[in-house]
Amino acid sequence: MAQAGKKNRSTPAPVGINVDREQLLRFYRQMLKIRLFEEQVNQLYLGAKMPGLAHLYIGQEAVAVGVCEALRPDDYITSTHRGHGHCLAKGASVDKMFAELLGKVDGYCRGKGGSMHIADQERGNLGANAIVGGSAGIATGAALSAKMRGTDQVAVCFFGEGALGQGLLYECMNMASLWKLPVIYLCENNLYNEYTHYSETTAGEIEARAKAFGIPTEAIEAQDVELVYRTMSKLVERARKGDGPSFLLCNTYRFHGHHVGDIDRAYYRPKKEEEEWKERRDPVKLLADKLVRSEIVDRKFLAQTENEIASEIKSGADFALNAPYPDPEEVNQHVYA
Amino acid sequence: MKAEKPSPSDRVITFAQAINEALAEEMRRDPKVFILGEDVAEAGTPFKVLSGLVKEFGKERVIDSPISEAGIAGVCVGAAMTGMRPVVDIMFGDFATLVMDQMVNQAAKTHYMSGGKLKVPMVMRTTLGATRRSAAQHSQSLHALFSHIPGLKVVLPSTPYDAKGLLKTAIRDENPVVFFEDKMMYQQKGIVPAEDYTIPFGAADVKRVGKDITLVATSSMVEVSLKAADILQGSGISAEIVDVRTTVPLDKETLIASAKKTTRAIVVDEGYERYGVTAEIASVIADGAFYYLDAPVKRMGAMDVPVPFSPVLEDQTVPTPESVAEAAKKLCRKSF
Repeated sequence: MAQAGKKNRSTPAPVGINVDREQLLRFYRQMLKIRLFEEQVNQLYLGAKMPGLAHLYIGQEAVAVGVCEALRPDDYITSTHRGHGHCLAKGASVDKMFAELLGKVDGYCRGKGGSMHIADQERGNLGANAIVGGSAGIATGAALSAKMRGTDQVAVCFFGEGALGQGLLYECMNMASLWKLPVIYLCENNLYNEYTHYSETTAGEIEARAKAFGIPTEAIEAQDVELVYRTMSKLVERARKGDGPSFLLCNTYRFHGHHVGDIDRAYYRPKKEEEEWKERRDPVKLLADKLVRSEIVDRKFLAQTENEIASEIKSGADFALNAPYPDPEEVNQHVYA
Repeated sequence: MKAEKPSPSDRVITFAQAINEALAEEMRRDPKVFILGEDVAEAGTPFKVLSGLVKEFGKERVIDSPISEAGIAGVCVGAAMTGMRPVVDIMFGDFATLVMDQMVNQAAKTHYMSGGKLKVPMVMRTTLGATRRSAAQHSQSLHALFSHIPGLKVVLPSTPYDAKGLLKTAIRDENPVVFFEDKMMYQQKGIVPAEDYTIPFGAADVKRVGKDITLVATSSMVEVSLKAADILQGSGISAEIVDVRTTVPLDKETLIASAKKTTRAIVVDEGYERYGVTAEIASVIADGAFYYLDAPVKRMGAMDVPVPFSPVLEDQTVPTPESVAEAAKKLCRKSF
């Protein structure tokens, strides 16, 4: 069932892609920003400051950061209901993110989208999507558009393993392969389709599904941000050159529940499994250990970094808490362009 | 069809040619416009509406797709969000059910959900209309489903002239537009200027002026209503025909003004009658013209049954000139 106890069966890192000290530190900062952002979101929920719910990305940070660091600002992503990490990794600012989560007018979507619909087109983020697998067409269409417009932009379609049950994904992969579109299908397998282990919903091999369309496929242990970045860089380069789509399966884990209110989880997954992942396969901790072990920085430096990010998060949350709600008149605006 | 007879200098082409010409003109004007659909290139669709376009614009802009309605609609949403102006061809309106998530949850909501930042300037062309002996899954008129959704615009041309002008407007619109063509109308002829022109959305067209009763009609039912008006004329009843042309946006003013003038109205539409377009339009008229009306507003839509195959059964399911004229006579009887 769970892969927590298994030995790390990571794919060998692709050669030829260098990751320097500055990049590793940047990865760390970005992952930590997502972690602390999401912890703050949970606090806002617990304090009844946030309307609705949110789906936390904690545990999967290495995927969003490793992927988005391999992209240019003008490359496209489409995201999911669990999308805060993707947004931040693509360059969104925490204050406008928090404002959106609180339904405030200063949010990315003027409070009209909320947690599950943040879009930030200036950084190529075509939006989170609350329909599981719903953005497969959008990402594939963005790739077709890039090709038709003669740019070398690529599109990344983030989805969870739950989206493997949606037919749209396969229709789109078929077209992407036929037309050699610059799109990367990025499957984050966090083991659970909402409250159900993926093994109960997913027949056969996940990678075989993409391979059936002639799409090159890789699978990695995605708690290692450097490995995600290296693998992704290779796939991005391939897409940019015009060699077509690829499929990357990122094995990861959702540390929290399906959403902030999913506290009592024992009926669908053992506490021991959660503890093992948190203890041994926390992507933020793994990178911190590596930075110290390789003597790139010391623990004091990491603590200082954490303080800086914590204060950015705090001021972002304060900004959002103090921001105004939209004018009620706005309810009728933006229905049509 | 316009009541006027074409003069010898007017050019007459078919409804299908008008659609084809609108697409060709827009594709020449704007390199961002492209067509994606099943059998759209060499085949020019099973209805031959797109014949010849691939020759002029190439397979890069007239793209044959797999049989994946949801997928191609979704791809067009993404292309539209990123700078293109796609026209997706959904062969039969019945297949609209397959594209629902992409049109309803994605295309229609993207602009709003993003607080006005993202736009989806795409057109979904599809067909409607029964009596082609195609049975229950190739005969429906499902425009009410799309008219229900905020964020979509819905267009229902009834003549070759309107088809060209409205399709050009649809392609230039910044929003997702669902464009319904009556597949029984493709060979119908009408006057269509060879030059560039557009017809604004939300502008109903009075296809025939009358004084005793208003027949509000859409798409295929405009022709039916015009024929009904001819029958009614024989009984001394003067019917005014108002073609709504777009259900979203809806030109309420013109409908209400006509009903106020004639004091009676029937709404005729080929969609299922129950919860259909006729209900919405009738309620608009009832609200706006209540104190002027001499009779309740009547609705005539398709029968609430799956469209049957056998001609003897199918022909009963849609309003005909005779049934519309009969209903109009009943509404007018008291005062004639």
